Amino acid sequence: MSQQLAAIFAPGFFTSQIVQVAATVSAVAALVCGTVGVFTVIRGQSFAGEALGDISTTGGSGAFLVSAGPLWGFGVAAVAASAVMELIGIQRPRGRDLATGIVLGAGLGLAALFLYLDSVYDNTTGATVSIVFGSMFAITSSSIPAVGAFSALALCLVAALGRPLLLSSVSPELAAARGIPVRFVGAAFLLALAIAVALAAFTIGTILATALLVGPAATALRLTRSPARAIAAAAAIGIASCWLGIVLSYDSYDWYHQSGESWPVSFFVVTLIFFGYLLSGLPQRRRRRRPSVASDPASGPTLS
Amino acid sequence: MFSGFMVHAWMVASIVAIVAGLVGFFVVLRGSAFVAHAIPNGSFAGAVAASLIGVNTLIGFGLFALFGALSIGALGHRGRHDVATALTLVLMLGLGALFVSLSVEYAPEVYSLLFGEILGVSTSQLIPTAALAVVCLIAIALLYRPLMLSSLLPDVAESRGIATGRIDLAFLAVVALATTMTVPVVGTLLIFSLMIGAPAAARSFTDKPLQALGLSVAIALAIVWAAIALSYQTNLPVGFFVGTVSAASYTVGRLCAAWRRNANRGRSTIHRLPAASR
Repeated sequence: MSQQLAAIFAPGFFTSQIVQVAATVSAVAALVCGTVGVFTVIRGQSFAGEALGDISTTGGSGAFLVSAGPLWGFGVAAVAASAVMELIGIQRPRGRDLATGIVLGAGLGLAALFLYLDSVYDNTTGATVSIVFGSMFAITSSSIPAVGAFSALALCLVAALGRPLLLSSVSPELAAARGIPVRFVGAAFLLALAIAVALAAFTIGTILATALLVGPAATALRLTRSPARAIAAAAAIGIASCWLGIVLSYDSYDWYHQSGESWPVSFFVVTLIFFGYLLSGLPQRRRRRRPSVASDPASGPTLS
Repeated sequence: MFSGFMVHAWMVASIVAIVAGLVGFFVVLRGSAFVAHAIPNGSFAGAVAASLIGVNTLIGFGLFALFGALSIGALGHRGRHDVATALTLVLMLGLGALFVSLSVEYAPEVYSLLFGEILGVSTSQLIPTAALAVVCLIAIALLYRPLMLSSLLPDVAESRGIATGRIDLAFLAVVALATTMTVPVVGTLLIFSLMIGAPAAARSFTDKPLQALGLSVAIALAIVWAAIALSYQTNLPVGFFVGTVSAASYTVGRLCAAWRRNANRGRSTIHRLPAASR
């Protein structure tokens, strides 16, 4: 029994502090991303999430320049970018794509500059890869309080918005008719989204952040139509993918002895999330053959 | 600034700008900015994979771009690509992360793939870029009418018997093609700002489609030329200037549009005044 366990968990897995920190941080990030992600998918704001993730590259590389912690860089850049998007007009569905795109383009331009300055300043290009693709095993335990604070802020925001957020996500017109300040709710949600994306970027890298945000949520919304259950499922899927990814990456150190490097955690996490999404489509496709129960999870979850 | 290798940079950049301005116009019209961001960004993995096994990066790039476009088209349904795009992008980027980690010496090139290396364009890149550009232009010319109609009035297009689904897929393939030719020059992250910034600025200047199309190409050219000149003078990365100049041109466009709207409103109240006094 212990031999089989040892085949799954490489020696030293449970005692390694690096693994413990990575598991803690990724679990917290996955929980926040699952919660915020469900609303992101219902509202059709995946692109905004993706853009905020990419823009946090700017913050991460800027933080590297001034030797600040990357999480603060990600957070500041994402929150600032979400404020600009809100100002340009993300609240109108037609201009939303453009507002997001323009901010994304400008943010990436700045990222190019900062990463270039990083490589001049440090004489290596290591910053580019570790910021863009993440390095979960490089997270130190000193960043856990900041991760906790960011997560608490995002979760409190979503909890405080609560049902008005859900209603204005599912049907903005109905929400407006009931007197909900749709624009304010949207702006506050964008702030929560920015924080969640910063956490995801910290865990699996800036350009992969969308995976943790949208992947588990989209999978969960295919499995259940109740928002509360979807949030729980999304968080569970996210945490499971992260932990399984950590195990696989830790094991992969032994897969090829020559180079003595392990495969990146982010790769495993992202691949697991993607296959989870594909698998969740199978029962639905079978159901769709019967015409009466055709349903599109992205377009209309019920309010219950 | 105009000597030796710089001549190639200017020529390639101009070709890139023309294609980006044209294709980008339809991207903005159809509201598929996310797709235009995802395809170049994800295909980056293909370039890394190609260099891992020692093939021309352009081939790896093209294959991944096409794969991305087709899976976005297949996974999304009825023009709703939001989640499908995000997940396809993320899978390709995950593969990119794996490939990057497998190739130890590749790290410096990651930056140039993501952010471009226009000042290092060689003669050998000129011919394939020009050839792909011509293919792109022909495809857009062939698709022009159905594409315009299905972008502006999807319902009318469908009632006229245009297969909007197929047009959508064809357009995604064109975006993949345009991406393949432009990315080795301006980088995966920055082709996007060119494709969105220029047409978005153009659309705020005029409402007529053909004029906006021409203006979009002109603005894209201006952005690229300005970015190269600035980058040459300051020695800072060209991507930084492409990104910021695009955003600046959009801001100017929006300000102009707002100013014109104000002026129009002022005039129309003057017109209305005598009617009210009668």
